[in-house]
Amino acid sequence: MSSFQVDWLSKSLAGVILGLFLSLACSAVFMQMPLGIAVSVKVQLAMWVVAPIWMLVLSLSFLFSSGQRAWLLLGLANVCVVTIYGLLRLF
Amino acid sequence: MKIKPEIIRVYKTLHSWTGIISALALFIAFYAGALTIFSEPLMHWATPPAVESTIETSIDDAVVLLSHVIKSEADTVRSIRLHIYPEKYFTQQITWEVHDKSAGELDSSNNKYYTVKGALNGEAIIEQIHPSPLSKFIDVLHRVLGLPIDSDANRWIMGVIAALYSIALISGLIILLPILVKELFAFRIGRKPKRVWLDAHNIVGVFSLPLHIVMALTAFVFAYHDIIYGVQDKVIHEGQLRQAFMADMPKPVADQPTNPDLMVLPSELIKTAQALSANFIPYRLDYSAITTPRAMVRVWGNDDSAIAPRAPGGFIPMNPYTGEVQSTLYLPGHQGAASTTLSSFFALHFATFGGNFIRWVYFLLGLAGAWLFFTGNLLWIEGRRKRQKRDENEPKQRKDVRVLATLTVGMSLGCVAGISLMIASSKILSLYVSELYQWHQYVYYTVFFVALAWAWLRGPARALFELLYIAALFTLFIPLSSIIGLLMPETGLWFHLKPALLAVDITALLLSLAFARMAWHVRKRVYFGTDRDSVWAYTK
Repeated sequence: MSSFQVDWLSKSLAGVILGLFLSLACSAVFMQMPLGIAVSVKVQLAMWVVAPIWMLVLSLSFLFSSGQRAWLLLGLANVCVVTIYGLLRLF
Repeated sequence: MKIKPEIIRVYKTLHSWTGIISALALFIAFYAGALTIFSEPLMHWATPPAVESTIETSIDDAVVLLSHVIKSEADTVRSIRLHIYPEKYFTQQITWEVHDKSAGELDSSNNKYYTVKGALNGEAIIEQIHPSPLSKFIDVLHRVLGLPIDSDANRWIMGVIAALYSIALISGLIILLPILVKELFAFRIGRKPKRVWLDAHNIVGVFSLPLHIVMALTAFVFAYHDIIYGVQDKVIHEGQLRQAFMADMPKPVADQPTNPDLMVLPSELIKTAQALSANFIPYRLDYSAITTPRAMVRVWGNDDSAIAPRAPGGFIPMNPYTGEVQSTLYLPGHQGAASTTLSSFFALHFATFGGNFIRWVYFLLGLAGAWLFFTGNLLWIEGRRKRQKRDENEPKQRKDVRVLATLTVGMSLGCVAGISLMIASSKILSLYVSELYQWHQYVYYTVFFVALAWAWLRGPARALFELLYIAALFTLFIPLSSIIGLLMPETGLWFHLKPALLAVDITALLLSLAFARMAWHVRKRVYFGTDRDSVWAYTK
């Protein structure tokens, strides 16, 4: 088991940057979901989705055992969500 | 629940630093915000009772004046308001505001307000009016954390603070999780003072956590929504955001009239609104773009039994020429799941659900929030206290500890005392000065900076109780200014007997007593407390 590294800077940056991308990607997925919501309401909800996800990811990014793992795993999460978005757009 | 000790350590550091950076700004936001819950009664309290009984015009007759203004002032009037109960809302029947073009979009400090009245000879007279800017300035302090202007840059600063606040909340929760059950219900009054403060901080923090999560996230969104929308428009909506916003609006009707003289009577529009929802009580009609094919009248109203879509209530957009209802997306209780979700974000921030009971709950939670941030700083200071050993001289406390103690006392009590004197002086100032908004700023910032300087000069210990006494005195001036109005109306001051406005005086009186009582206790501890090595002790 690897030891815990504090890595303030790289974890913060991972939280800020990858957290922002992840939250935007989630809002994009939300826009693709067929929810039967009036479009003017849906774009507003999509905007509101960003803040909670971004802030949660940023706050929790210090749980990773190292800065490197934070970038790796959050990057992977981004790839997953973007893939889901791409698939939703295809069908 | 088990969490690795090194993770707890990281989150303790995170909680301390995000907390310390944001605490004082948040204290101001929460104290001013608690008052903003009652911005309407506060504004009415600061407004003199109407003296002249104007010629009673029914709202249907007022439309003649309304249409006159729409035609003659077409260049400057964006939206014009027809008030259904002008007296109840301490305003005129027809009002509109002209935004200062040099100011930012949300900076309304230089806006001008107008009304129109019908003279006996049938002519329309346009007059400038001066609604009390008191609540508006308190709201600005709330929105941009005590900064003077609600500009983009200041709102971005607020957004950064909101982000730190979010981190502080989640990190605080993570620290507490493993010991939550054991600690939360173990309030230990007999133990060391530091433990008591920590227990109290934890209890208030955990029980008001839902409110704080709502506030942190909504404040973050209010700071950055334009930027987020802008980015999403480019990368997600493919530039179609504007169209999406307009999608549920009625399409412009090319062949409908554009002459305001042909509009449907307001009483008909109100009947339509009430037929849609019996609990919806309209109070105002906002006419916009009347001379274009996009003409719209919004019937604004309140419904205490439902969630209000926006801070001023809900509205029904109608076509002013046909009376046709254009949408119910913003009608309280008739919104559908998605719109209600959206509305709840606003309602949970502005306390616009559940009527007066919820307003008072929010008021108290707002004060409790301010207290939470204050105690957070106290705990950091206590944690770094150098203890006096037996048979030794008092140790010198660390410089940064003294600085934070001084800032905490000066800024938070400067804000409290400044707001109180600003409210207390609002009635008398309104009799003698015309630039009332600027005067509110002078009074607030003078008190704020003098308090800060005072804390610096006298040290945190003595400044704490001295400024509490000052805050108590200034807060007492609020009901005093009303009592002078009652006993000596020749001064030009006034006294409102309406229960909602009397509540302003009574609340101020109670707060004043509370401040005085705190000051009395703190003074005893400063001079005679047992912990002589604390930054909160002063030895003559």
